Amino acid sequence: MIITATHYLVLSLIIFCLGLVGVMVRRNFITVLMSLELMFNAVNLNLIAFSYRLDDLAGQVLAIFVITVAAAEAAIGLGLIIALVRLKDTVSLDEADVMRS
Amino acid sequence: MGFLIENFGAIFFFLVAALTVAGAVGVVTLRNPVHAALALLETFVMVAILFILRHAEFLAAVQVLVYAGGIMVLYLFVIMLVKVKDLRAEDAFLLNIAPLAVLGGVLLGALLAAGILLGTMAAGDGAVAALQTIGDETVGNTEAVGWLLFTKFLVPFEVVSVVLLVAMIGAIVFGRRDAALSGPGEGVEP
Repeated sequence: MIITATHYLVLSLIIFCLGLVGVMVRRNFITVLMSLELMFNAVNLNLIAFSYRLDDLAGQVLAIFVITVAAAEAAIGLGLIIALVRLKDTVSLDEADVMRS
Repeated sequence: MGFLIENFGAIFFFLVAALTVAGAVGVVTLRNPVHAALALLETFVMVAILFILRHAEFLAAVQVLVYAGGIMVLYLFVIMLVKVKDLRAEDAFLLNIAPLAVLGGVLLGALLAAGILLGTMAAGDGAVAALQTIGDETVGNTEAVGWLLFTKFLVPFEVVSVVLLVAMIGAIVFGRRDAALSGPGEGVEP
């Protein structure tokens, strides 16, 4: 049995949808960001699968850029969490309802 | 036994894929953020293994270094810095919209699955030739990625470094002690 790109696409689809449900359902800011990381990983898996399928290295380079953006997103998001904790003393997204203190 | 040996690659893939999905389910469902973070770590490592299976060895190393090493430590730092335990247990999920969210996820999944299964490009095995060559010369995957990154993708590479710089400055500004607590205009002053 040959593992084709379709197998990888279905796997990445499952992970992406799980991450999407996590972003929508979770209330904890930190776990929402983690679900976002899941979605980034699903996209990377897609890029790698097509890179191998089409025998083109561009997919791998694009995945590097996605990882960079994910790292930037994590830094900003965690900075926001720290600011929210200082302001409201909670990580619940329901409490994040003001734009100034 | 012969079946096992002939289909070893496929069996290995399905094993790793199952572990990946299990980790992802753990991230979404576990209530304790530390447990969710560990499930996420497991998913990262499994995705790195999948990268190796698709001949993206350099990316697998980057995945372990940046995700499992860097981002994960950042998450655990923040989880332990804030008192996550204070969040009440029933507050962990938005349970009143959870059925709608799951329905939305399933619908999107069905849509994408239809696209994948009806598409024609994904079928068939791939090739590894271009993933390990510069011009006509056969080199390692890392060297090939580096070559492409610093020739064809040089401008995006520089742009993404600016993105990282902006993210770094933004994180420092958000994390400043006086920025969050003071009123408008006062947060700028030291």
